Amino acid sequence: MITKRIIACLDCHGGRVVKGVQFVDIIDAGDPAQLAARHAREGADEIVLLDITATHEGRATLLDTVRRTARELFVPFCVGGGIRSADDAAQVFEAGADKVSVNSAALKNPQLIDDIGRSFGAQAVVCAIDARRDPDAADPVRDAQVYVQGGRKLAGRRVVEWAREAEQRGAGEILLTSMNSDGMRNGFDCELTACVSEAVSIPVIASGGAGTVPHFVDVFGRGKADAALAASIFHFGVSSARSLKEELAKAGVSVRLPC
Amino acid sequence: MRVTVIDYKAGNLTSVLKSLHHLGAETIVTDGDLALVEAAECIVLPGVGHFQATERLDNTGLTGAIRATIAKGVPFLGICVGMQWLYNGSSEAPEQPGLGHFTDSCARFPEGSDKVPHVGWNSLEVRPNSRLLAGVEPGEYVYFTHSYKAPVTADTAANTFYIESFAAAVERDNVMGVQFHPEKSGATGLKILKNFLGLKQERI
Repeated sequence: MITKRIIACLDCHGGRVVKGVQFVDIIDAGDPAQLAARHAREGADEIVLLDITATHEGRATLLDTVRRTARELFVPFCVGGGIRSADDAAQVFEAGADKVSVNSAALKNPQLIDDIGRSFGAQAVVCAIDARRDPDAADPVRDAQVYVQGGRKLAGRRVVEWAREAEQRGAGEILLTSMNSDGMRNGFDCELTACVSEAVSIPVIASGGAGTVPHFVDVFGRGKADAALAASIFHFGVSSARSLKEELAKAGVSVRLPC
Repeated sequence: MRVTVIDYKAGNLTSVLKSLHHLGAETIVTDGDLALVEAAECIVLPGVGHFQATERLDNTGLTGAIRATIAKGVPFLGICVGMQWLYNGSSEAPEQPGLGHFTDSCARFPEGSDKVPHVGWNSLEVRPNSRLLAGVEPGEYVYFTHSYKAPVTADTAANTFYIESFAAAVERDNVMGVQFHPEKSGATGLKILKNFLGLKQERI
């Protein structure tokens, strides 16, 4: 039976994993290679590394980080942040990533999804979408808006419509982050996740708001998510993917155990 | 063990090479050196993406070289599209023939309530006596990402259920294939690759 995936996310800045709330009060959370290996050992089904600085100067550091992290990692490994061209993607794959996630650059140039998909396969392209409910719309969920630049700027696209376009262009998965929920630890946006998951036939990874085990149960049930991503709850040993999955199994969610 | 890895320019070989190196194997990558294939100790054909990409194997002469080499009993492992290529073909690219080592063809998962592609960790039901899957316990999980699959037949070494039962692994003598990605399937995947690296050429 197919299982629901628990994905550990590492936000990286200058070759280190960092943790902050809304990009302020950033704390050093450790070495990406060591943390990725630990998460995999502790049962994470997949690792996502996001370069939150994603500057041109930072590319060499990122590639070095990807190379070091991939070396002893034998679960799927996705890298995002600052991938603007198929060449950028090729470098990240060569360094050992299995998937790349694209966000702002794909909104600016949707052809990027086609280009990477054609060269590396749809399974290698994750379209990351930063979404915020539109409180002024008749249907705040169905009319949720896409944001770019770390959630600061409206992209002028509806989330559902952009997710469908990304799928048609050859994205293999959608990584959906709810800006309303992100960092709040109050639970995922299940309505929005379900809305997107029902609109596409590729897997949807829910992100933003993980705080407790019932939040995950909820997003896999009501939210129809295929995978869920969490960063903060795995750092500083707060919880491991394995203990989370054991709790999920008790709640009737199909997960990879033992792991 | 020295592994000849076939590159047919469809996707990325890094993860496969890394896992083989981790297990102590040497690798040689070729995209068309037929002599290297004919002299191979064992062959791995990775593959992601579209079945049509296997056309390159025909155009470079690799198809014939691989056919001749596996006929000598050299161990062969196809991964994902590399496994599908061992069959007659796939409805993903009906005009593009596969190797035809296994009869039957690959087809897309039927549309229904479940999503296609099948992406994620799913469990294996291993048949007895598989050399490739020796030591894999019932219910161990491996990582899949695909929309097309091979049917369950007498040569199926393990089946997996998603929408319907399909061949997760195929094995007859020295010729083997896995639909999942052993290089991305944690300890279970490494165990399977290690089994493959332990095989020796046998005249058949």
